[in-house]
Parts: sequence; structure tokens; C-alpha cells
Amino acid sequence: MERQKTQLDEVDRGLYDIRDTAAPDYQVAPGLTEDIVREISAGQNEPDWMLQLRLKSFEIFKKLEMPTWGPSLHELDMDQIVTYVRPKAAMTDNWKDLPDDIRSTFDRLGIPKAEQEALAGVGAQYDSEVVYHNMKEQMKAQGVVYTDMQTALREYGDLVKAHFMKLLPPGDHKFMALHGAVWSGGSFVYVPAGVQVELPLQSYFRLNAPGAGQFEHTLIICEKGSKLHFIEGCSAPRYNVLNLHAGGVELYVREGATLRYSTIENWSKNMLNLNSKRALVEKDGAIEWISGTFGSHITMLYPSSILKGEGARSEYIGVSFASAGQFLDTGAKVVHAAPNTSSTMSSKSISKLGGNTTTRTSVTVLPEAKNSKSSVICEALMMDSDSRSDTIPGMDIRNDEVDIGHEAKIGRISEASIYYLMSRGLSEEEAKAMIVRGFVEPVTKELPLEYAVEMNRLVGLELEGTIG
Amino acid sequence: MGKQSLLRVSGLHAALETGEEILRGVDLTIQKGEVHVIMGPNGSGKSTLANTIMGSPVYHVTGGRIQLDGEDITEAAVDARAKKGIFMAFQAPEEIDGITVSDFLKTAKAARQDKPVKFFEFNDQLQNTLDTLQLDAAYAQRYLNVGFSGGEKKKSEILQLLTLNPKLAILDETDSGLDVDAVRVVTDGILRYKNRDNALLIISHSTRLLDELPVDYVHILSHGRFVHTGDRGLIDEISKNGFARFVRAEAR
Repeated sequence: MERQKTQLDEVDRGLYDIRDTAAPDYQVAPGLTEDIVREISAGQNEPDWMLQLRLKSFEIFKKLEMPTWGPSLHELDMDQIVTYVRPKAAMTDNWKDLPDDIRSTFDRLGIPKAEQEALAGVGAQYDSEVVYHNMKEQMKAQGVVYTDMQTALREYGDLVKAHFMKLLPPGDHKFMALHGAVWSGGSFVYVPAGVQVELPLQSYFRLNAPGAGQFEHTLIICEKGSKLHFIEGCSAPRYNVLNLHAGGVELYVREGATLRYSTIENWSKNMLNLNSKRALVEKDGAIEWISGTFGSHITMLYPSSILKGEGARSEYIGVSFASAGQFLDTGAKVVHAAPNTSSTMSSKSISKLGGNTTTRTSVTVLPEAKNSKSSVICEALMMDSDSRSDTIPGMDIRNDEVDIGHEAKIGRISEASIYYLMSRGLSEEEAKAMIVRGFVEPVTKELPLEYAVEMNRLVGLELEGTIG
Repeated sequence: MGKQSLLRVSGLHAALETGEEILRGVDLTIQKGEVHVIMGPNGSGKSTLANTIMGSPVYHVTGGRIQLDGEDITEAAVDARAKKGIFMAFQAPEEIDGITVSDFLKTAKAARQDKPVKFFEFNDQLQNTLDTLQLDAAYAQRYLNVGFSGGEKKKSEILQLLTLNPKLAILDETDSGLDVDAVRVVTDGILRYKNRDNALLIISHSTRLLDELPVDYVHILSHGRFVHTGDRGLIDEISKNGFARFVRAEAR
């Protein structure tokens, strides 16, 4: 299994595919052993409880089986994956301090520009470590904390310890256990009670090293009545060996707080993206997931919301676009655990050239969650007859006083619509792009302008070469 | 040959994928500045003719040819025909979710002229056209044809006609499903479009839209062929007596 080939679409992904040639500062040997887990921990200079959590997670990882549902993960060979790669760059709050190649990577991706124009703060991770973290002074003055996880472990140790992997217990599944064992990098955000962060914070995760894994951990705590929009972006250049992403996202939304968590994922098509995201929402709080999944060879991703407090809300809006060689298994989960809670899930998926999208949703309403509401809408658009879309709704409703709705629409792109648009002078490709752009519009309209533009550009990239 | 015809359809045969022939030898010549009307009973092939000239993939040309400005476009792609100046107002316009009327018009205009549209010029023109069609400014921000009433859909087609300003406009049953006031507004729109350098081909089986328009020729289509051509006097005759005389003339 020297160079494991995956089937890839030959689309030119332009700037996302530019690789850096700079050698990393240091990396662990491929594969996963207790020694490697200890080596990662020692390199982080972290408290003992974290080492113990890593070792416990590693033991669980060894025992758990691979998932037996969803896309096949038989191509994954953990013996080939390098779980930690430290870039040759120390963390800084000044882009100028970064080595030229790393800085120009983020420049090309437009991160420093977005930081100036539209964001309250930015974190940038390169392979296994965060290389840049900064936030506007005004946010700091209000007591907002936005930093990398390692710094948070040192400076806010108790807070981190009380929350870290409490929503993502390593026993839940094999990749959560893997994450617990080898996690590094990621962001920590703390928003004090009543603070409204007007501009979004953004963390960008770039994986450059071939055959590597990225296991960043994002922990966000929004205190009572606070408000935050957090944006997560990710990309990687393409290699012909598999890369692995198994990040973890834990979101704590306290009473009356609102957190919007937006993700634009554009991993290269040699990536296994097996990410875990969960939010715990207290009384009258709200979590809003906006999720765009474009890249990766295989994705399994189902952001989950636990509506713990009365009146808590969850909203999920997701779009996924699978082309040749891609199997994107996405969706969302909600557990209604208190009265008067409400959830909506709206999923849009597009498949072309034999790509496969599956939308999996799960709604659980516990006996005590009286007078709760849930609505699930899944729409799938297939660009040709080789492509495939499935929707798999799951519902477990344990009381009678609920209002539940589910709607699924799966269809081929309409020839009549293409003809109509072409009769106005649009080429076949432009016509299809317009139909797809309209199809994903409910998602793009929820994003800040810069990200809506990026989303549309990704849709455009995916559509290139659709004719045939 | 002095005068170049705008549209020349000769011996046109067209069939469905199944092989069923719908057009069986249509000849039609349209000069700049002319208004032609095609009438005929249901199922005579009126919409097929309109869509075949536009290049719909549903119909296959099995004989004859179509020329625009002397150029053979029988095999041309739909968008190529549009760029050369053909426009069709659809009988049942498609609903395109998530794309606003304004965004769509801007994209279509840019595609036809192969260069970006000037923002302010476009907006002024759009506002002006909306006024002509008695449409609210908010209309341009709605998704294209989505949830539009019958009348709004037809106005959407005329809005596109006026924005794109083609050489040849084919109107397929544009008056069907409109109330009296809407017919009035649509007619005003068509009159505003019409000039000496362009032409109209109007498919209709009613006569309401035609009262105000300067009709030059009326063709009667039956079983995929023109069975009679006359001047606008024919319209009155048909509204009184129907198609019986002409259809009978084509004994089978």
C-alpha cells in the first residue's frame, strides 16, 4: 500500500491546489502507537490530565470497530497516516512573522484580506499547529477570548478541562477516540455574558503535508445572552495518497445565547473527512449550523445539537456537492431534551459525474420535550444519470405533543429549465451553473458576502466540465 | 436577392423523439418590420413550430432548414440562436428558484452581448421597463417566475423581451390566461418593442392580443402545414367562423 490511489476528478482547483514545498519542522512517524501518542503529548508541553485523556482515547480507539454503515472506509490504512506535522513557524499575531511560503498560502486563500475587511479575528492552522492568531482590540477589551487550544490549555486550564471532550466522549465512535488520542491545534473561543460579537471570527485549517492527518479541536463557550458567528474554512492541495481529517468541534451555548457556526469545507479529493461536531444548547439559546461540503474523497459529517434547555433552538442549513470519486455522507442530528424546543434542518445536495451524496438526518424527541417542533427538508439535484443521491431520515419521537415535518425531493436537473435559460443566450454550462447557484442560494444568502462569493466560486469550479 | 430575409423557414419537417412527425413542410419568410400571426386549432403544431425555430431539444428537424439573416441555423445550439437575435416568450415559463429576475436579466444580457453590462445603465433600463409593465420594483428581486401568477409570468416574458431586445420575437400564446388589464399591459409592452428593424411571430389561438397590433400576415396551421395565408382580415373571420373552412380544405 505504498501509494494508495483514489479515483479523482481532474478538475483544476486552481489556487486551492498549490502546494508548498517547504519541509516541516518535525513530524512523527506514520502509524499510531502509544509511543506516538506520548510523543505528541510531550511536544505540546501539556498537563498530565490531557496525556491521560489521550492514552484512554487510544485504548478505546484500538477496541472500537470501523463504522459499518455509510461509505466504505476500506482505503484508510492508519499505518500510513502521519498524525502530527509541526510546520516551521512559531505562532504569531503578525502575518509578517510567518515564513514566506506559509504566508503566501494564506494570502492566496484571501485570509489576511478578509481579516481586515470583514472579521473580528482570525486563526490560521497549517498542518498540525496554529501559526497565526489575532483578534481586534475591541473584542479583547470586552473580555472575548479567541486563541489556539494549546494556549487555552495553559491560560484557561480549568475552563478547558471542564469542557474538553465532554460533548465528544472518545467512546462514541472510532474517530472520536482517534481525535482524543492525537488531537493538536484548533481554536478556543470564550464569549462573556451579554457580549455581542458583531463581526465573525474565522479559523482556517490548511493541510499541506501529504499522507498527514489533521485533528484540530475547536471549543467555543458562549455565555448567557451572548452572540457569536464563527466561520471555519478548510482546504488542502491534492496528493495521490490519502489524507485524513478527524477534527472535533464542541459548542456550549448558554441561556439566551446565539451561536452561528459556518463551515466552508474544500478539502482536496484525496481526503477522508470524518469530523465530529456537537452543540449543547441551554434555555432559549440557539445554534445555527451553516455547512458547505465541496471537497474530500469521503465525508461523514453530521453536526449534532442537544437542546437541553426549554425553548432552545437548532437550525441546520447544509449544501454538499459530490463529483466523480466523491461520496459525501452528510446531515444533522438533533436531540430535543426539553419542552418547547424547536429544530429545522434543510439540506441541499448536488451530484454529478457519478458522485454520491447521502443526506442522513436524525431527530430524537425525548418524553419530557413536550410541545416541541421539528422540520426536516432534504433536496437533492442530480446533474446526470450516473450520479446518486439518497436521503435517510431517522426519527425517534417519544411523546405525543410534538409537531414534526419531513419532506424530501430528489430529482434530475430539468432539461426544460436548461432550454429556457439557453433561449436567453446562456450556454449550457452557464445555464446549469445558474440552476445550481439558485438551488444553493438558501445557504449562500446566510453567509457574509465574501463567503457567499467563495461558495459560488466553488460551485462554479465543481461544475466545470459538466457537459459531456 | 436585394433584400435579405430576417427569417426564412423552408420545407421544415420536425418530429418528436418517438418519431411522430408534427411539422410536415412549413415555409415561412419574415422580413424586418413585419408582424406575422400563426393561428390554428389545438394540436396543429403551432408551439412545435415556435420551439423548433428556437432550437428546442424536444423536437428533431427531419427535413428542410431554418435561416436567420441568410445564415443556416438549422443545427445551431439554442444559445447560439439566442445570441444571433431570436427570442421566444414561453407559453409556460420555467420557474428558476434562487435566482432573482434582476440577476437573471443581467446575466442573460451579458451573455448575449458577450461583455459585462453597465450597472447603472442596466438598472435605469430595468426600472423603466418595470414601469411600462406596471410592475413593482420588488418584482425584480423575486426569484424568476417562482410563485408568479399566470399574468406575472407572461409579464416576466415581456420584461425579458424588452431587456434583451432581439431581432425576432416569437410569442407563444402570450395572451392565454391573462385578464383584460394584463392583456392591455402586455400589448403596450409589445408595441414598445416593435420597430422597423425587428419582427414578431405571434402564436395565438385567441384574438385579444391582436386587436392593437399591426398585423401584416396571418397563417393558418393545420396538421403541421400552412393551409392558408392572408392579411389581418382573417383574424375576424376566424373569430366569427372558427377554423372549419380551412381545416376542411385540407382534406385527408
